[in-house]
Amino acid sequence: MRQTRSKNIGITIYILLLLTPVYWLLNMSFKTSREILGGLTLWPQNFTFDNYVVIFTDPSWYNGYLNSMAYVSINVVITLLVALPAAYAFSRYKFLGDKHLFFWLLSNRMAPPAVFLLPFFQLYSSIGLFDTHIAVALAHCLFNVPLAVWILEGFMKGVPREYDEMAYIDGYSFPRFFIKVFLPMIRSGIGVTAFFAFMFSWVELLLARTLTAVDAQPIGAIMTRTIGASGIDWGVLAAAGVLTIIPGLLVIWFVRNHVAKGFALGRV
Amino acid sequence: MNKIPDNRAWWLVLPVFLLVAFSALIPLMTVVNYSVQDIFGPGQAYYVGTEWFKEVLADERLRDSLVRQFVFSGFVLLIQIPLGIGVALMMPRSGIKGSLCLILIAIPLLIPWNVVGTIWQIFARGDIGLFGWGINQLGIDYNYTGDTLDAWLTVLLMDVWHWTPLVALLCYSGLRAIPEAFYQAAEIDRASKWAVFRYIQLPRLKSVLIIAVLLRFMDSFMIYIEPFVLTGGGPGSSTTFLSQTLTTMAIGQFDLGRAAAFSLIYFLIVLLISWLFFTAITHADKEK
Repeated sequence: MRQTRSKNIGITIYILLLLTPVYWLLNMSFKTSREILGGLTLWPQNFTFDNYVVIFTDPSWYNGYLNSMAYVSINVVITLLVALPAAYAFSRYKFLGDKHLFFWLLSNRMAPPAVFLLPFFQLYSSIGLFDTHIAVALAHCLFNVPLAVWILEGFMKGVPREYDEMAYIDGYSFPRFFIKVFLPMIRSGIGVTAFFAFMFSWVELLLARTLTAVDAQPIGAIMTRTIGASGIDWGVLAAAGVLTIIPGLLVIWFVRNHVAKGFALGRV
Repeated sequence: MNKIPDNRAWWLVLPVFLLVAFSALIPLMTVVNYSVQDIFGPGQAYYVGTEWFKEVLADERLRDSLVRQFVFSGFVLLIQIPLGIGVALMMPRSGIKGSLCLILIAIPLLIPWNVVGTIWQIFARGDIGLFGWGINQLGIDYNYTGDTLDAWLTVLLMDVWHWTPLVALLCYSGLRAIPEAFYQAAEIDRASKWAVFRYIQLPRLKSVLIIAVLLRFMDSFMIYIEPFVLTGGGPGSSTTFLSQTLTTMAIGQFDLGRAAAFSLIYFLIVLLISWLFFTAITHADKEK
């Protein structure tokens, strides 16, 4: 019993330390800029929503969120569509060059995005996709698709092949089996994969910033741009930061029961 | 599971192959192409062979940032792996408290990387940040924008804050996979806590830990946006890591040939180390 208590105290302290910087951001987002620069206060003395109002009323701010959401969603859809059949192939069949292909895919997860910066910029400019959501979504496939194949393959391995054979005996065609029988069985795996694809696309900025200028600019780029202009409005910056955390929290809430399994099986 | 040999499976892999070929092979070939040429403008390119590679390997600035990068990644692993294991051991095993811990600990992972930089930029400032203010209040002179050591410690602390949760969650999932019977057996044997950790938990964590080390090494080796926002690579170039050096060269100075040669060397280092890890993982799998 004593052991459990000391463990609980330990984990509570860790979580408190972990949340302090986030609390500080939240705290600052509710302060007026006079209060921020006037001195250190542990909680807002003049509680205000002004910073949030600035973001929700200025299109150049809230468009950033919409842009980020747009390319992240496109990316998750593309990633799942191509990764599902591939993961099935890797989990069920031996084929020419399968191991090499798998490692090659993974090596793209390892490639520093900075390496691909310039060629991506030129590639997408030359085919007229520069500054579109689809360009960022495709670029993010570079690291998300290998990851998705890896996670999904782990989940699919857990489904015995007898199911496949039974379905064929019952007269199911492959596409019908795949969609009607197989996919529902790995629902949680798909959820977890979507979560990781969402997460890695949402947090990435280097590629997203390089491939966009105005129309598809992500919120992160808008935030860094604000730092450059006439001093820093810390309050608005903090509010913008707080708003970028919320989508992630919503998504992880939906997959909370499967995430631990996803880490174990899929070996992210 | 025994896999059936069937080359028709290629049809299922084809979409992934095409997509990744489009977004990885074409750019990579472009980089290779640049690395052997000196380009003055459109239509004015000259073949220079391995010239750029020689120059890059001899470049003092790049060698410095490579050394910095290895030191940084080394510290990241040394701190985050033990800390992550410790946190995972402390997490409640199940129930609502378990889920709640999981979500709270995952929060830093869900924050866009530039916002991570922004959070610490604010948090560590001496005038408006709780952390910087607190340290100064203790009588220690701390200023991450002016002092090299302080800047390093801040970047390191930020990375520990940001990524230890990943290690912790990986280990947590590894721990949950250990059957309860193992612990019961240990209890009957009156094994000490250390013995349980050393002979039951740690061996079972091996494969998860290999992945954690691999991921942390790779990602810390590519770190760019967080220190860029926090310190801008300074003071001087003391916190300028490889990706930032490369980005400045490619986008800032538009030094195509040199940047391309640098990219390839960079990529090869990462690839070599990831290949070593990958072999280690498959060996670990075989032993199981």
